[in-house]
Amino acid sequence: MAFFIAFIYSNNKFTTSPLLLSLQIEMTNISDKYETVIGLEIHAQLQTQTKLFCGDSIAFGAAPNTHVSPITLGHPGTLPKTNKVAVAYAIKMGLACNCKIERDNYFARKNYFYPDLPKGYQISQHTTPICVGGYVTINTSTGQKNIELNRIHIEEDAGKSMHDLDEQFTCIDLNRAGTPLIEIVTEPCIHSSDEAFEYVSEARRLVQWIGVCDGNMEEGSLRCDANISIRLKGATTLGTRVEVKNLNSIRNVKKAIEFEVQRMIEIVENGGTIIQQTRSFDASNDTTFSIRDKEDANDYRYFADPDLAPFHLTESFIEDIRKSLPALPLQLIQQFQQSFGLTIYDANNLCADTATAEYFLEVSRYSTHYKAIANWMLGPIKQQLNETAKDFSTLLLLPQTLAELIAIVEAGKVNFSVASYKILPELLNGNNSPLAIAEAMNLLQVSDTKELERWIDEALEGMPDKVAEYKRGKKGLIGLFVGEIKKISKGKADPKMVTTLLQEKLK
Amino acid sequence: MFPFSSIQAYQNSLSSGIVTCVDTVTHYLQQIGNNQQLNAFIEVFADEALEAASLLDEKRKQGKPLGKLHGVVVAIKDVICYNGHKVSAASKMIENFTSIYHATAVEKLLAEDAIIIGRNNCDEFAMGSSSENSAFGVVKNALDESRVPGGSSGGSAVAVQAGMCMVSLGSDTGGSVRQPADFCGIVGLKPSYGRVSRYGLIAYASSFDQIGIFANTIEDAALTLEVIAGVDDYDSTVSQKEVPSYAALLDSDNKKYKLAYFKEALENEALDAEIKQQILSFIALLKAQGHTVEPINFEWLDYVVPTYYILTTAEASSNLSRFDGVRFGHQTAQKNIDLTELYKASRSEGFGKEVQRRIMLGTFVLSSGYYDAYFTKAQQVRQLLYQRSKEIFADYDAIISPTVPATAWKFGEKSDNPTAMYLADIYTVFANLVGIPAVSLPLFKHSNSMPFGLQVMCSHFEEVHLHQLSKVLMHLK
Repeated sequence: MAFFIAFIYSNNKFTTSPLLLSLQIEMTNISDKYETVIGLEIHAQLQTQTKLFCGDSIAFGAAPNTHVSPITLGHPGTLPKTNKVAVAYAIKMGLACNCKIERDNYFARKNYFYPDLPKGYQISQHTTPICVGGYVTINTSTGQKNIELNRIHIEEDAGKSMHDLDEQFTCIDLNRAGTPLIEIVTEPCIHSSDEAFEYVSEARRLVQWIGVCDGNMEEGSLRCDANISIRLKGATTLGTRVEVKNLNSIRNVKKAIEFEVQRMIEIVENGGTIIQQTRSFDASNDTTFSIRDKEDANDYRYFADPDLAPFHLTESFIEDIRKSLPALPLQLIQQFQQSFGLTIYDANNLCADTATAEYFLEVSRYSTHYKAIANWMLGPIKQQLNETAKDFSTLLLLPQTLAELIAIVEAGKVNFSVASYKILPELLNGNNSPLAIAEAMNLLQVSDTKELERWIDEALEGMPDKVAEYKRGKKGLIGLFVGEIKKISKGKADPKMVTTLLQEKLK
Repeated sequence: MFPFSSIQAYQNSLSSGIVTCVDTVTHYLQQIGNNQQLNAFIEVFADEALEAASLLDEKRKQGKPLGKLHGVVVAIKDVICYNGHKVSAASKMIENFTSIYHATAVEKLLAEDAIIIGRNNCDEFAMGSSSENSAFGVVKNALDESRVPGGSSGGSAVAVQAGMCMVSLGSDTGGSVRQPADFCGIVGLKPSYGRVSRYGLIAYASSFDQIGIFANTIEDAALTLEVIAGVDDYDSTVSQKEVPSYAALLDSDNKKYKLAYFKEALENEALDAEIKQQILSFIALLKAQGHTVEPINFEWLDYVVPTYYILTTAEASSNLSRFDGVRFGHQTAQKNIDLTELYKASRSEGFGKEVQRRIMLGTFVLSSGYYDAYFTKAQQVRQLLYQRSKEIFADYDAIISPTVPATAWKFGEKSDNPTAMYLADIYTVFANLVGIPAVSLPLFKHSNSMPFGLQVMCSHFEEVHLHQLSKVLMHLK
């Protein structure tokens, strides 16, 4: 179809005057002629204790081939038995994405040979997904957008083939074989690499948020395949698509799309035809390369797995899962803006994960200085957490202690920078009394007028020229005086009072 | 004590001290040794069986509670996993494969004090009707060594037939227990689909396979079924239904049965005239005894074998994919070949001709472009048959028919004509297609001196009725 459209387009070129055409090309970016169409498939490993069809552990990082029962190994005579928790997790994600939950379900076999696929088929729900439709809402530069989902289905992961461990052999680790996955498939409704970036970020936040997947892309717990095509703007049919596999970071999703779209536009612009291919992303130079053409595609011979009885989901089972769902990030972001007067930027950052959001809500029970809470959490505390690779769930600083710290800063008893550099580190080590620390370290701001006036006099005496300039009308110098007084007082002088007193004195 | 008559009589002899388990196992090992030419066993667990026997004798001496199958000598078809023992499916593909777990049925046998004496020869991967498709050579019918014992569980049938064990386990996907029972003149019971766990049974066609039982009497078959049936955490297709005490529920209290037979089955031109005649006489006898026996129309008889072979080969093509030479089983000795060639060579060398034929057939019927015409259509026929069976059993207690259209044939007679071989399954595949229990009862003898049986089929999970009716029929003649 893409070829067909390109043909009509080139016909149009000849009906347009050459002069006009060259002007057009100069004036508009070539890529503006095309619309990008992207569908994404996200594979998320479910955080269950055991595999999808047997009792083996799915823990990451074990010695190779140690989580392998006869069932995982596909030994003759073994049978699968469905892990109910995995089914519940898939439903949970479906409910979080507003999907329709299919009541009658079965698993199918996808048949193909590969050394890391022990049974010679993968148990999947390719044609009859447990969750149908639905959407994920993302923030874009032009507001919110719903990315429509085609489905979410359950399937088992394959093992891992490592081709570079040994010179002669491919090494296979079957620990991962049988790990439960959900595949979250969008409609082809994503139109830029930025949208794709936002969508994957949001989907990743969601699976982590509801606790069904750890979202770790480096360890492969979350992987993404992108189906990419281009078409002339206004065209209603889809162009030939290329599938880019195994994108293991959100950045790579974006880079792969950008490279692929550019590659496709160049092909079409040069009169070529895009071939349907499966490609892989090379992160070392942000390019993609072909792994196979459509002709080599497998016929997977799907059929209902006769080893697994079809299963029916009761309303109460689904309702219980619905009730277990936490408030979702987008709801919470809205609540943070409306109830606490936060900016969308702060609200969004506070909803990066459940631990952060919960911590904020906890502190807000003890303090109404909501903006200050956000500033503290997203500023100095976050910085500390990043340095120690920890998160809010393991923070020693108690929410009420942070509220106390904010209270004494807001009351002017200590200034913000002293509080963040000197008091906070103590609190992060488990000390629970900010005021006591401030006292012990002699950090309380002095608002005693006599003491302040002594510091003011000392400062002003040291720079008579500046004082004279100020008096001649260079009022901006007041900041310099305040700074000097801060220095002399070692940060203890209350800047507000100092300013008032200075203004009096220099009248 | 010997010849063996029934489990109950044997256990009485044990408790009265007339015989010991060690004596018994010794006897059966001798029988096996004397009948090696029948090739019913691929491996005999002689030392182990003797050791188990002496432990059981000790247990009895100490007055400990005894299992339901205390001292019963059992042989298992070589498609059933027995922890620490080889399980080959009579195939070169996994000739040297050792199972690292027990099949649930084996676990239950052992928990009730059974002694497993060896593994039986059979058609490779349970595919065949004559036990001629084994990588370990053909099995011979003890009544006439020039004839086949039937298949695929031929070795298990002959083991009981020739007195080499008391009962044996086979597997029945389309008649693989009932048909060899018919050819060998013994009882062959296929339970309802889902009655016995399939965990540890090497799969041929998962939605058809059931472990079945060979025995001399319906009483022994019922007791064995009682032991091996029931729920299993490792098989999600097994029924949650409670297992009745089959052995204690064999008495029908002179019930008068209402039986049906398929008119088309008895009019089928492939049916041996003498078998037809004897069955008709038997029907007359039943009627004379006050039972109702009526012909019913079954216009889909011609479709059952094609439907069966489309669906079973489709499942088999997938079930046998795991035998790829990568993790276990035969791997080609060819070097420096790519992955696809490794698969091709390993599987071509490891699988026999019939297995390859069925894998290819199954792959074909699932291939895009043919899928709907074959696989989908066959599934629809299966659904219709299921509904038909429900209708029939709403009106009748059981369906009776010949088990097989002919008696045991001579070796090689049908080897070159797979379709003729497949058509021998015409009466048995129906029970597997719809999942009902069925039994072949050794009631008849042909003028060619070979035995043949009567097949009785009851509704889903009506094994109690099936056993009771079988007992009535066995005592009728």
